[in-house]
Amino acid sequence: MTATESHATTSGRGSSAAPKPRRRRRLSITDRIVVGLMVAVPALLVLWLVWLPAMGSVALSFGTWNGIGSVDQIKWVGFQNYHDIATIYPPFWPAMRHNLIWLVFLFVFPTMLGILLAVVLDGNMRFGRFYQTAFYLPVVLSLALIGFIWQLFYSRDQGLLNDVFHTQVDWYGDPKINLWAVLVATAWRHTGYVMLLYLAGLKSVDNSLREAAAVDGANQVQTFFRVVFPVMRPINVIVLVIVVIESLRAFDLVWVINKGRNGLEIIAALVSQNVVGEATRYGFGSALAVIMMVISSVFIAIYLRIVFKEEQR
Amino acid sequence: MTVTTPDLVEPATQEMPGRAGAATGQRRGAIATSIMMVLALLWLFPLAWAVINSFREYTYTQTHGYLSFGGWTLHNYKQAWEQGQFGLHFKNSLIITVPAVAITLLLASMVGFVLARFSFRLNLALLGFFLAANMLPPQALLVPVFRMFKDISLPLFMSDTGSMLNSYWSLILVNVAFQLGFCTFVLSNYMKTIPHEIYESAEIDGANVWRQYWQLTLPLVRPALAALAVLEVTWIYNEFFWATVLMSRTDKFPITSALNNLRGQFFTDTNLVAAGSVMVALPVLIVFFVLQRQFVSGLTLGATKG
Repeated sequence: MTATESHATTSGRGSSAAPKPRRRRRLSITDRIVVGLMVAVPALLVLWLVWLPAMGSVALSFGTWNGIGSVDQIKWVGFQNYHDIATIYPPFWPAMRHNLIWLVFLFVFPTMLGILLAVVLDGNMRFGRFYQTAFYLPVVLSLALIGFIWQLFYSRDQGLLNDVFHTQVDWYGDPKINLWAVLVATAWRHTGYVMLLYLAGLKSVDNSLREAAAVDGANQVQTFFRVVFPVMRPINVIVLVIVVIESLRAFDLVWVINKGRNGLEIIAALVSQNVVGEATRYGFGSALAVIMMVISSVFIAIYLRIVFKEEQR
Repeated sequence: MTVTTPDLVEPATQEMPGRAGAATGQRRGAIATSIMMVLALLWLFPLAWAVINSFREYTYTQTHGYLSFGGWTLHNYKQAWEQGQFGLHFKNSLIITVPAVAITLLLASMVGFVLARFSFRLNLALLGFFLAANMLPPQALLVPVFRMFKDISLPLFMSDTGSMLNSYWSLILVNVAFQLGFCTFVLSNYMKTIPHEIYESAEIDGANVWRQYWQLTLPLVRPALAALAVLEVTWIYNEFFWATVLMSRTDKFPITSALNNLRGQFFTDTNLVAAGSVMVALPVLIVFFVLQRQFVSGLTLGATKG
């Protein structure tokens, strides 16, 4: 879609957009084809592998299909899948609750800590670089790997925690506590990520604002909350959106531990269980996927709005 | 350790902001510094612990407990390498990561160039088209992508299973599609800082659009490309979800999803897992220490206007 339409606008607006300093001649035919292809090839790829599957998920969620036969074996059942998910699918509500806990936890602990660390490290602290490195070292590791590294603490028979406290707790296995164990491991990585984003944001705050606040007699804390924090609004919202999306996407860590069962049900794992697991219930899995998509799209919209506003400035 | 992390935050909240400024008293500064030091060491501990125990004998730690000293060995690495078929999986990771990053950067820089160079009315919509795709949960697309790939057959020289599923191509393409949004966004922002006069004089010299892109823009955005390359290598190397669901044959797994091989069903040798984890982490850690600046700037280019 994009390629042809941008063509039309090129030729149409090429000269009328001239009042701006960027005077432009009309593009030659070859140039137009080149421009078209430069956009069309990537756009088609994304269309094929992201947007069409997204629409496909929505369509499939209204049917039942074991995925083995061809597409015309799909039985259309309306909202039956959604109804079943909410009523007779035991792991669904725990999964929703776990995702929500995930979000709140990430937000309250690692996100706040990350922001705090960024604010502290933004000043010229001694060994500042060392601290920064320490905090964002886990950011380069995959969450799957983090699951394995933390097993050295959590393992029931060989873990450090049980060794130190002389206990026999199965941190990854006990459904009452394993979610929290996983969250702590996630927090290890998430803190540095937020710190990094926030540090970049702080660096972009005009220093004269801080100076002006200091001249007016504001102390450091006041300066941060009354001056710096409000100026950083776009970054704040972006961090918030990232936290929401990350907690909705949470998958790797849980999947390496027990494929999202037994206290670790989360929505992303449920989708996968229904598609690549023993039972292939494509319609049902798609309905779960659509629920994920709907929730995330709200936040994607918020994110895009900020980006567009920044773009237009 | 689990419980203490949040606790440690408390005193920090009260002390830190006061310290960041000028001389508000050396004592507070000292407290802040020591809190930071403790936190930083706490953050380094898990990885350090993995490294230390990866060098220890399983039998030794079993009899003496982990809070002992001794039993040093290199054997875990050898065993993990062989048992986990690390050579094979590292090769798989290489086969997937390198083309995926190269294609992502090529395609993203083309779109970014068009977005930055021309002001079409659809530019914003186009950006949204790529950027939103980047943020959708991948699980939400699983069913159609999985089923589609199952139905696409590839010639045997492209995939030894004859299907798109279980082929490196599937992972390369999916990774590219998912990373395009972020890279496009970063690159187009970066390209917008290039003064427009350069293009005007290039046009007068008769350079067509392709040459403007290839010979003018790309060399100028090399720093951004380098930063993104570092970041994307880590991300795609770390990618776990698609690699797990699109590959059902373990011999095709990239290294990140292959670690599971080291875990027996009922019995786990933690030291062995530690050695495996350290080896898997090593490439990204090297990247991190050697190219730290690129990594950080790549991440932050996206967050703030480049």
